[in-house]
Amino acid sequence: MNSYPISIRPFGIHAILLEWPSRVDVAILEDILQFTQYIKECCLKGEEWEIVPAYNSVTLIYREAPIDFKELKTKLLDWYKEDIKVVKRQKNLWRLPVCYDEDFGIDLKELSEKSGNTIDELVKLHTSHIYTVFGIGFLPGFTYLGGVPEELQFNRRPEPRSKVLKGSVGLAGKQTGIYPQDSPGGWNIIGKCSVPMFDPKAKEPCFISVGDQVQFHKITKAEFDLYEIESEVGIYKLEKIVLDA
Amino acid sequence: MLKVLKSGLFTAVQDIGRYGYLNKGVPVAGFMDGVSAKKANRLLDNDAHAAVLEITMTGPTLFFEEATYICMTGALLSATLNNEPINNYEVIKIKEGDILSYGKLEKGFRNYLAIKGGFKTPLFLGSRSLFSSVTKKNHLVDGNELEYDECSHFEPKISKLKVDSFLDEKDLMVTQGPEYGHLSDKQLEMIFGKKFSISNENNRMAYQLEEKIVGLSISMITSATLPGTVQLTPSGKLIILMKDGQTTGGYPRILQLSDRAISVLAQKKYGDEVRFKLNA
Repeated sequence: MNSYPISIRPFGIHAILLEWPSRVDVAILEDILQFTQYIKECCLKGEEWEIVPAYNSVTLIYREAPIDFKELKTKLLDWYKEDIKVVKRQKNLWRLPVCYDEDFGIDLKELSEKSGNTIDELVKLHTSHIYTVFGIGFLPGFTYLGGVPEELQFNRRPEPRSKVLKGSVGLAGKQTGIYPQDSPGGWNIIGKCSVPMFDPKAKEPCFISVGDQVQFHKITKAEFDLYEIESEVGIYKLEKIVLDA
Repeated sequence: MLKVLKSGLFTAVQDIGRYGYLNKGVPVAGFMDGVSAKKANRLLDNDAHAAVLEITMTGPTLFFEEATYICMTGALLSATLNNEPINNYEVIKIKEGDILSYGKLEKGFRNYLAIKGGFKTPLFLGSRSLFSSVTKKNHLVDGNELEYDECSHFEPKISKLKVDSFLDEKDLMVTQGPEYGHLSDKQLEMIFGKKFSISNENNRMAYQLEEKIVGLSISMITSATLPGTVQLTPSGKLIILMKDGQTTGGYPRILQLSDRAISVLAQKKYGDEVRFKLNA
């Protein structure tokens, strides 16, 4: 039923690492998420596991007690052979507002010169693609978004900046992402998103999950200012579309 | 209330940590040296997860507004109560208006000050542990006030512990990390054949080691990391992630420290030596 060869390894005594073939592939990510949802709902129900998917792997962590690795590995391989599609998985497509003014998109000019595309063309490329969240890490709420078109694939900056502002939208290699807080960073900055990606005061501090999709849409500076205030006071309504995975 | 008259070098409220948000990139945080923090809580008959103060190197000066009991474990840090010397690893009765101050660090790096019932500071995402992305500040500052419950009478089951040899340990027990199999014989010999010293890049996020070994450049796709994960960079640097460490990473994860080894390491400071011991 499930065709990928998966490898399972211990990761200390409290964690186990499951790896799918080593490539960045939406189909692999979907298989991982389908499987982890299946084991969460049907196999590990009631147990306090933390599940960290990223790209082609998922790490299962159990802090209460040491894991019996051999036993769990056998079980996981058996569970993977079962019909994991019995659980229905949904994912969200988030439409995130980004202001690409050069005040925010401080590297747009340089990228335009490097690539031969105008700034408008770069922005159009960035907003016309739908990206997949392959992982969340580095900082709370920092999403690794894959699916960046070739024309937007630029090397990281040779020297990281000591401070990239919260909300900055960056490009690096095959990835794009949003800095959830002020942080040092080496990505090329092309704009700023007015929606906070991580809010520890919110009921759900990070609305986005691995496997979700993101599309950016261009807003003006005036809209940015308005949405930022609306987000702060909690009345900004995020645009989301629920999709069957 | 506990009033922080002087905050010391780096004093932070920590409990057992923040569970359930690793998939959103939020590190677990919590006691760096869980072994010592739990001892302090146990002597006071507290829950194992009760919030304590983690005091790094230089201690604070603290004013107690209500009676309670305290206990200090972890690093040996000389302390006085109203200018009278008091012992670490012992339950101490506190009266209203007492002032606790600290002196010289004798051994180790992080001291744990537990209070009867635990500190009752606000919970953020289920934990009181300070971590800047979640709680804004990652350490206390002069003038902070921390809530605790008054306790005027308590009879500890055990009132005193011997300071064990824990702070002198150099061996870090490790198991193989996910990318252990990529290490060459030469690299293994370097890792397990010699001592390493702690670099000045050491904090709650990660401990870097001073000595480099032959690097590892394998193509890695970003994947989960844990407290105690030892990463080997292409340039040969060894980085040991700690409790505030990032939750995913792209460097090979060659070793994984045991829970106890994380505590042992948390008591090391710049220049101290450690050795890796593989637990088969």
